[in-house]
Amino acid sequence: MTTIADYAGHTATENVKQAFKKAREHESYNALLSLTEARALERAAQVDAGEITGKLAGVPFVVKDNYLAFGAPTTAASKMLQDFDAPLQATAVEKLEAAGAICIGKANLDAFAHGGSTENSAYGPTKNAVDPTKVAGGSSGGSAVVTALDIVPFALGTDTGGSIRQPASFNGVVGYKPTYGMVSRYGVLAMASSTDTMGCFATTAIDAELVMSIMAGRDDNDMTSLPDYFEPATLDKKLKIGVIQELMTDDVDSEVLGAVRAKIQAFKDAGHDVESVSLPIVKHTLAMYYIIVPAEISSNLGRFDGVRYGKRSEQATTLSELYGMTRNDGFMIENERRILIGSYVLSSGYFDAYYQQAQKARTLLIQAFDTLFEQYDVLVSPTAPKPAFGFGENTKDPILMYLSDAMTVSGSLAGLPAISIPAAVGPTSKLPVGIQLMAQRKDDALLLSFAKTVEEQSGDV
Amino acid sequence: MTQITQDDVRRLAQLSAITLTNDEEIALQADISNILGYIDQLKELDTDGVEPTYHLSGLTNIFRDDEVDNGVDRETLLSLPADTHNNHIKVPKVL
Repeated sequence: MTTIADYAGHTATENVKQAFKKAREHESYNALLSLTEARALERAAQVDAGEITGKLAGVPFVVKDNYLAFGAPTTAASKMLQDFDAPLQATAVEKLEAAGAICIGKANLDAFAHGGSTENSAYGPTKNAVDPTKVAGGSSGGSAVVTALDIVPFALGTDTGGSIRQPASFNGVVGYKPTYGMVSRYGVLAMASSTDTMGCFATTAIDAELVMSIMAGRDDNDMTSLPDYFEPATLDKKLKIGVIQELMTDDVDSEVLGAVRAKIQAFKDAGHDVESVSLPIVKHTLAMYYIIVPAEISSNLGRFDGVRYGKRSEQATTLSELYGMTRNDGFMIENERRILIGSYVLSSGYFDAYYQQAQKARTLLIQAFDTLFEQYDVLVSPTAPKPAFGFGENTKDPILMYLSDAMTVSGSLAGLPAISIPAAVGPTSKLPVGIQLMAQRKDDALLLSFAKTVEEQSGDV
Repeated sequence: MTQITQDDVRRLAQLSAITLTNDEEIALQADISNILGYIDQLKELDTDGVEPTYHLSGLTNIFRDDEVDNGVDRETLLSLPADTHNNHIKVPKVL
């Protein structure tokens, strides 16, 4: 697969035209919802004329279609925002554009980023880049697939509970989720404000590091963004690595276990100190996640009411009908499921038993991670319990779909930086398998510096 | 195991301002009962004396300079709603 460096030595216009050509060749994957051709070519001409310069000058990229970005509607893969032209751009997109990168299109996702397969898109599912009979993973499925198909060298995703890491694993690319607050959330459709993070897909950890270094930083428009701290680094020591034993049980697919164990052996061979560690509370994290996140979703999605922007039901004769009918027409069933669960766990009489209890459990989870990170630099697990599954396999039962997040939600609830890197291709399934590495909050530079050495060791670079 | 009725679903839909069809109510009744059955496991966890974590950044009282900036202009914002009148957003009758 190509890297960002491969785009040097060509004009921006050549790079962008090549990306559009590849995008059209791969239309059958349904990874892109729109192409931003006119705007991209205009910006490419500006780069070629020397009017825009920077570390990513002339490099094409794709945004997940829940980032507000110019050049095509921002739909969140929903009917609700089918024709919504964003009045502003996300801070992350603005920063990449200021560095010369050129957005060429908008990637498919589960509508409003609710899902783990990109099957919940109002515009049809995205096919897996390696095996088109399998799902792309989700919710940032389209972004993972355009990266894996080499349409662009990097793409933006959002990760609230695993939505970058899991599709990265399913498509054999690198997926990076930063520490909560490292990248501004401004201008990205809010899902769960306390765990939403903005990250990227790339073909190497080096490229992911470069992209994150441009997106990172405090933003006056996001009061939860952290003071600047991220500086790319080179690993200059041997690490203490903990393997989370609760995520390495027989419930995990044997190919996944095999791939992750082989990678762990490679860490040992490289001189790192690897031990098995226990995180018993991890068995409760999916329950915490599916209380806290729907609660935040039910609040954040209250704004989609058909009044100020987006779809509006035409049959409504009163304002309350307008709200109710617009929301039923504009949301997918999974959106409605999560909003209703959120309303349930927040309603009086249930608040203490569910929402409050989940937030207390979250404190215990964070404390357990903090204790482990006193001794270990990096924690390791599979990224997902099994490789990419078939279409429709998990759609009948929401719980089955939620279980595909089992490995990733704990890092989200604790705000940790985490990366999925390709570990192996399953010997029987022929599907890619990822390994997840997590570090303490704000240890993004350490985590990426380690990921870079893992690539060097396996000869991927 | 928490079971909810179709009336419960209708009440939740009302709280959420979503008009559901009868079929959707029945489907969501089954799904939500299953999901509540799953998340009920959290009640086993002893959290006595534990403070809840509502947000992670640890930041408090973040201020910015009180300076006027132009932001998004009015014409752009008024191009977004389905219906406007005299620089206002128009909606159907409230009652």
